[in-house]
Amino acid sequence: MTLPHSHDAPVALALRGIDKRYGNVQALSAATLEVRPGTVHALLGENGAGKSTLMRIAYGLERADAGTLLVWNDRVRVTSPAEAIAQGIGMVHQHFTLVPAMTVAENIALGGKGRLDLAHVARRVDELSTLTGFALDPNARVEALPVGAQQRVEIAKALMHAARILILDEPTAVLAPNESTELLRWVRVYADAGNAAVLITHKLREALGVADEVTVLRRGRTVLTAQRDEVTSDALTSAMIGEELLSARPRSIGKVSRSRSSVEVVFRADRLTLSDTTGIVRLRDATFEINAGEIVGIAAVEGNGQRELLRALAGRLGPTSGVLAHPPAVGFVPEDRHHDAVLLNRSLSENVALRGAGARRGMIDWDAVSAQTERLMLEYDVRAESANLAMRALSGGNQQKLVLARELALESSSEQALVVENATRGLDVRATAEIHARLRTAAQNGAAIVLYSSDIDEVLLLATRAFVVFDRSVRELPLDRERIGQAMVGAT
Amino acid sequence: MKRGAHTRTSRRASVAWELAQAGVVLLAIVGTTALLLAAGGYAVDSGLAALWRGSMGSWYAFTSATLVRAIPLMLTGVSVAIAFRAGVLNIGAEGQLLAGAAAAAAVALSLDGLPAVSVIVFALAASALGGAGWASIAAFLRARFGVLEVISTIMLNFIALHAVSYLVRGPLQEPTHVYPQSSTIGDAIHLPRIAGAGRLHIGLLLAVGASVVAGWVLRRTAAGFRLIAAGESPSAATSAGGIDVMITTTLTFFVSGALAGLAGGVEVLGVTFALYENISPGYGYTAIAVALLARLDPWRVAATALLFGGLEAGAGAMQRDAGVPSTLVTVIEAALILAVVAVGALRRRSSVPDAATGPIAA
Amino acid sequence: MTDVVEPLLAATIRTAVPLALAALGELLVERTGLINIGLEGAILAGALGALVGASGHGVALGFASAMVAGMVVALLFVVFVVWIRADQIIAGTALTLLSMGATGTLYRAIYGSSGAALSIPTSAALPIPGLAALPVVGTALFSQPPITYLVYLLAPALAWWLASTHAGLALRAIGDRPDAAEAAGIAVDRVRSLAVLFSGALGGLAGGTLVLAQAGTFAEGMSAGRGFIAIAIVALGRWTPLGVIGGALLFGAASALQFAFQAMGWNAPYQVFLAVPYLLTLAALAGAVGRARAPASLGQALEPRR
Repeated sequence: MTLPHSHDAPVALALRGIDKRYGNVQALSAATLEVRPGTVHALLGENGAGKSTLMRIAYGLERADAGTLLVWNDRVRVTSPAEAIAQGIGMVHQHFTLVPAMTVAENIALGGKGRLDLAHVARRVDELSTLTGFALDPNARVEALPVGAQQRVEIAKALMHAARILILDEPTAVLAPNESTELLRWVRVYADAGNAAVLITHKLREALGVADEVTVLRRGRTVLTAQRDEVTSDALTSAMIGEELLSARPRSIGKVSRSRSSVEVVFRADRLTLSDTTGIVRLRDATFEINAGEIVGIAAVEGNGQRELLRALAGRLGPTSGVLAHPPAVGFVPEDRHHDAVLLNRSLSENVALRGAGARRGMIDWDAVSAQTERLMLEYDVRAESANLAMRALSGGNQQKLVLARELALESSSEQALVVENATRGLDVRATAEIHARLRTAAQNGAAIVLYSSDIDEVLLLATRAFVVFDRSVRELPLDRERIGQAMVGAT
Repeated sequence: MKRGAHTRTSRRASVAWELAQAGVVLLAIVGTTALLLAAGGYAVDSGLAALWRGSMGSWYAFTSATLVRAIPLMLTGVSVAIAFRAGVLNIGAEGQLLAGAAAAAAVALSLDGLPAVSVIVFALAASALGGAGWASIAAFLRARFGVLEVISTIMLNFIALHAVSYLVRGPLQEPTHVYPQSSTIGDAIHLPRIAGAGRLHIGLLLAVGASVVAGWVLRRTAAGFRLIAAGESPSAATSAGGIDVMITTTLTFFVSGALAGLAGGVEVLGVTFALYENISPGYGYTAIAVALLARLDPWRVAATALLFGGLEAGAGAMQRDAGVPSTLVTVIEAALILAVVAVGALRRRSSVPDAATGPIAA
Repeated sequence: MTDVVEPLLAATIRTAVPLALAALGELLVERTGLINIGLEGAILAGALGALVGASGHGVALGFASAMVAGMVVALLFVVFVVWIRADQIIAGTALTLLSMGATGTLYRAIYGSSGAALSIPTSAALPIPGLAALPVVGTALFSQPPITYLVYLLAPALAWWLASTHAGLALRAIGDRPDAAEAAGIAVDRVRSLAVLFSGALGGLAGGTLVLAQAGTFAEGMSAGRGFIAIAIVALGRWTPLGVIGGALLFGAASALQFAFQAMGWNAPYQVFLAVPYLLTLAALAGAVGRARAPASLGQALEPRR
């Protein structure tokens, strides 16, 4: 299956000595990646290691400060996606680059020249369908398609331009387990046909399952390159997170045991029905109770109603019908931190003051707020020089720690309720471990926590109970990975 | 994170820094004016000399030309500053000023027999209400229909112009029906002048007061913080702060309109003593430059209003003495706005994220 | 009957033409997600350009200068908004102010501060043989200055271009999801810049029409808010070329009707009639409630440059 490992073997795609700097941050430093034809090459690294940045450079979406790029052994300059496409490079992005209001055919036709003949495009789409085994309806509107189908359109777009090098950026992040397996199987077939596939992922198990060769990036540097059957999972792990942090990894869990003898209900739903902002019903007749000291993990494939459920629990969305009882002030850590949780250009103190600002009356004692902010920073190990720094100046991990501190801090611990959505997305291992520890401590102190992560393993790591949201309904299941995975796609 | 490597000052609010920035701005204005004069074939030295003479060259020029113009500019400047700060692009200060002026004139002329002080108070209150009312049309269209306030407020400016034209030729016209203006407001109802300062009137206290209060509200009160948060990020303000952004921005719109209306009332009672067309030489538009140059901070507006008051006063002298069209000043003001937004955009690009900065212009 | 309808129709078309020109250009800009508030400035610049170009040189050069003048304003918009990424609303407003001040200054500088009305060649009506003889609509629609015929041709041409070419598809995609367009290999900034320049050219032509085909002279501020009315027309026309024509005709009709009302003896103050276009704009914007049809990225801040 794997080609002979020789430096003289032709490369499909090679990036050598790539440097990239953003302001004060060196995102890539002499990074190197060599992909041989006929192989699936896994690009591993934890969040923030530089994997996406490196491949965005290959696709012309970013420009490297230094380094060379080779495509099929020729040195080339790729300064825009148009040039990358011309070189036969295609990219399937983590957040799909499709125009939702347009049809599949229009999306696939995008970027062409001259007269637009949609009938001709539709015929090409049908050809591609047969070739790849994807079922593509040229006239379907992209926004009406499920996530897995949208991803197939993304891939078809790349193939339409005869991509022989396909870069997939965290493709399984939004897929259910069986869809992931199917996709990776397809990638294998694609590579076997003589093309090259680069699979960007932070999931070790996935990479080892399908890749021929692996490269590990850490802090913008290439720290390991090897054939898959030459390395062990442990070696890859230590390369990804660095030796010294190995001991900092969260151990597999001693679950929180409730120290209270009485059970206190914090959230109660009774035939709860929720709709999204456009009026579409996203959750129907949900009935459940959540108690103090519990971490309820929510497992769901994106788009199944968990977004609305989380917001309703956090008090940000009212019920369409039915009842939802929740404490008056529920902390909320939303997934899009920059958009929904913080004021990037304001100081840390102002961001802390943001919580409850809607109800506050009269004057604000900024000295007191600053003092409180500094206390929170100390308690939650938020590394920043002063509370007057702009939120923008903090790293992602520190920003998230401060948000968590703010959302947990204001009530006395016995009344805490917290809803958390993909809280560790984009954070490195140390920050992730710290956030996990905080959540566990809060639960031990009596907080009721509802946690959603699109990474099912994170859910299983922390949760004391599991709810699965599928097709507008909520079910409680035991903490069994396989059963939960099946329930997420409705396969039980 | 390195500790103690270097400590950056929390806010760059030191007096020296502010003065330095002011100096740069002044130099830029003088330079731009000189450039434009030269490009237009006018004599640069006599032009600049006239500019100085008309604005700062004498005590009389300073008080009766510059400060007098700075008053409406300060009020409309604060009006625009707080609106922009909340994310409400109120370009309608001009129309709101006219609405306030009309209201003040109507009240002042119809309240006979009341003590003068009461009439002044009622007239000014009417002007604030008139401005707020005019602004509420755009606020309503924005809240209910999502109409971009940039366009609606400009439309309302035009409508206000025509409305005033109608009023001064119709219901409010002076008794002989010859001139397109209202009757003159009686001497007792004029805003008292400040002794020893020429035509400068106590409207200055109102203007400075508005600037001080608005700045204090933004810095120290919960309502002011809500305004800032809503302008910075409506989504975060709603989700994380529980702030009703619609109510916050609508209220800000009203207050902004009220301040602009007050400017109109102050002009009628303190300077023009009657209502006629063209009582505002575009104060509402100049206010945009005033606010942006002040980086949307009401306290700084006091200074930038003074600057633009001087510019406009000097422009009059430039036209009279050196034959330079007064429209040149509009060009300078527009160029200043462009420079401010360009600098703001370039700064964001080189991302200096250490100190907390403000929106748009900073 | 004909002697009422004909002049009404002619007046409608007359008023509609500059609005349609400006709105068609703005349409393309807004389909890329930008809003060109500087359009008013482009129209005014075009008006002055037409005056300068036509004085002693003829109508054709007048229109050409008008186009160039409008494109100068548009170029500034491209520099500040697309290059430097300054806030498009504030920059656009500043450009309109700049144009107002500059045209006023230049006009007084060139023609003296008394601003005497000058005589310049005007664009005469050019009847289309055959069509101009049609009953009722003949003279009104087909005996117009040539610039009107440009509008007749431009609207369907743009409609076809948007729907049936890859370039049109690309432009539409930018308005909905600029990142998707970029990833598909489209040069987003370049397309936006070209659209803005196009709107400057058409805005300039609109100003030229005011001077050369209508007023016969220049007056400071003569655009009188038409740039903003054009923006309203784009929304009213649901961001399609044929819809824009419909919107322009609506405004034209409203304007024309006021003369009819006055002729019929309605004694409302004349200021009411002057205010009608602006009131209608407000109503149109409020009524354009199909905001779901607006390009998804309209008015949003541009992504940071790479």
